Amino acid sequence: MAKKKSDNGATATATADNQKADAARGDADLRKEFLRSMLLQRRFEERCAEAYALGKIGGFCHLYIGQEAVSTGTLSLLRPDDYIITTYRDHGQALARGMSPRAVMAELFGRKDGVSGGKGGSMHLFDKATNFLGGHGIVGGHVPIATGVGFAIKYRGGDQVCICFMGESVVNTGAFHEALNMAGLWKLPVVYIIENNRYGMGTALERASAIHDIYERGAAYNMPRAQCDGQDVFEVRRAVAEAIERARTEKVPTLLEIRTYRFMGHSMSDAVSGTYRSKAELEEHLKRDPIILLRAAMHDAGEIDDAWMAKLDEDIKKEVQDAWDFADQSPEPPLEALWEDVLVDTTSDDVEASKAAASA
Amino acid sequence: MPVITYRDALGQGLREEMQRDDRVFLMGEEVAVYQGAYKVSKGFLQEFGEMRVVDTPITELGFAGVGVGAAMVGLRPVIEFMTWNFALLAIDQVVNVAAKTLYMSGGQFKMPLVFRGPNGAALQLAAQHSQAWESWLAHIPGLKVVAPGTPYDAKGLIKAAVRDDNPVIVLEGEMLYNTKGEVPDEDYIVPIGKADLKREGDHCSIITHGKMVLVAMQVADTLAKEGINVDVVDLRTVRPMDVEAITASVRKTNRAVLLEEGWEIAGIGAQVVDYIQRECFDDLDAPVVRVHQADVPMPYAKSLEKAAKPDAAKTIAAVKKVMYID
Repeated sequence: MAKKKSDNGATATATADNQKADAARGDADLRKEFLRSMLLQRRFEERCAEAYALGKIGGFCHLYIGQEAVSTGTLSLLRPDDYIITTYRDHGQALARGMSPRAVMAELFGRKDGVSGGKGGSMHLFDKATNFLGGHGIVGGHVPIATGVGFAIKYRGGDQVCICFMGESVVNTGAFHEALNMAGLWKLPVVYIIENNRYGMGTALERASAIHDIYERGAAYNMPRAQCDGQDVFEVRRAVAEAIERARTEKVPTLLEIRTYRFMGHSMSDAVSGTYRSKAELEEHLKRDPIILLRAAMHDAGEIDDAWMAKLDEDIKKEVQDAWDFADQSPEPPLEALWEDVLVDTTSDDVEASKAAASA
Repeated sequence: MPVITYRDALGQGLREEMQRDDRVFLMGEEVAVYQGAYKVSKGFLQEFGEMRVVDTPITELGFAGVGVGAAMVGLRPVIEFMTWNFALLAIDQVVNVAAKTLYMSGGQFKMPLVFRGPNGAALQLAAQHSQAWESWLAHIPGLKVVAPGTPYDAKGLIKAAVRDDNPVIVLEGEMLYNTKGEVPDEDYIVPIGKADLKREGDHCSIITHGKMVLVAMQVADTLAKEGINVDVVDLRTVRPMDVEAITASVRKTNRAVLLEEGWEIAGIGAQVVDYIQRECFDDLDAPVVRVHQADVPMPYAKSLEKAAKPDAAKTIAAVKKVMYID
């Protein structure tokens, strides 16, 4: 509802806020979907830790546990033709976007049936079918790419949006500054989401950034900005919905700081509490586990009971086991694949054919 | 056939490509209102409008990334670096994203974009503005790297670069923009990966690319007066390299001089030497000699700069050395 200039102005605003909050909460069926999405990510990541310990997943592996409300809340609001780009902590977002757990797990196992044929691995999940533009491994490097996607949307006169996830340590890179400046300058439909999980590897935000309410950096780019609680999926949806609406209809970018917490170490080589945070701090944050919070709210409202929850958990465990089995049975990539996809042998000599191929 | 400058040949090629494909746009510093720092895009803003000819802030990393993002979702960006010296700020986008995304994504995301701009030394611009980057860029799988030395090749290669579905690096010669040559008005392509035998001779092969092609042609003229006839092999593309053209020439002349603007260590010439020793070991009558920039940052003083740069005199001396003359 639009704000009305009348004596009832304050009331109208309050009503609009309530409506937004209601929309963010969705109905009971939608809330069950949120729970399902978040629990899938959680159980998937737990099995990744196990697979890593068994040597089935190699290299670097960064788990998303604790941050699931951010991915689920944000991606539940997207259209299929919207774009997502993210960092190397990308498993949860890939699943929340609807990528197949089988193909994601097979990618992590480095197998032929992985989303990228086993050539990207944990940090580089890509999926053209869902407009998932990667999994990028250099901190800050993907933020200008999101700006470029926003530029392309504007260039074509479309009404899609691009969601760019990043960790809070990205805000100290030059790439972040350059990318947000251009998006603010050119009014591009990008929602930049800082998943502030408090630590860039082991360095606390307060030890890395001159300001601590980092969404305020949006001021430097003339960009609407906001901060919200990332452990409450409804809060995430409320804040992101507003930013998406602004991008889609007004073509204005937003900088959102979503405050969350990483329950695991930075990567598999980092102990859960690490040397840089206390066990007490971690335990304090575990009390605000986004899955437990949503489950409790739905339980209290009588929308779910223990039996429903147990069934959901059992179903999800089966789904993740199925992904594991699929990945485990998928063959290694054939050796010829080593030489494939370095370059393509196509051109746009025939413009119409090239356009048709690009949109296929 | 019309005789035009290298600058106008590049502009003509780009303009033709922007006319034939509305997904192609030009982005960079001063490309629009200023009409191009080197005037390659003169008149473009007026013809194509501000959505397709885009001035950026001074932010190489940022706008290189914008090009990458736009290419990933179906546009065909031409990203201009005012010079390749400034592109070092953007090298993460070129190397880590543009070159690798097709591979990392298992073939899902093509990267049809061009990074272009002047490369190599001009006159007394000192160390930070006088560098030839081809060996850095040619090192990276997933990129194609071209370095046209003539107006004809400049137009044909820029057009081929725009049409290629891979990321293509176009290294233009800052000192070549004003040089002139015959350039057909019509639509033509110089294929990427094909060298050109610019001069034929039996005594020695000079293998080179980019701005040094001009030097090699002067050398060929001078030596011809002394009765020495050289092959001038213009690589035109340094990745992928036309090994067949190199070996065909060396098998004929049995002697090779490699001429490049860059530094010696891990330079383009080092790679050409490797191809020659692999393919022409028994054909050689003398060790290969390389001519390149002195292994120092470029000095400002005119006399020192001259001493640092590869030139005709140094190349002539190299040819005479491999021919055991003097």
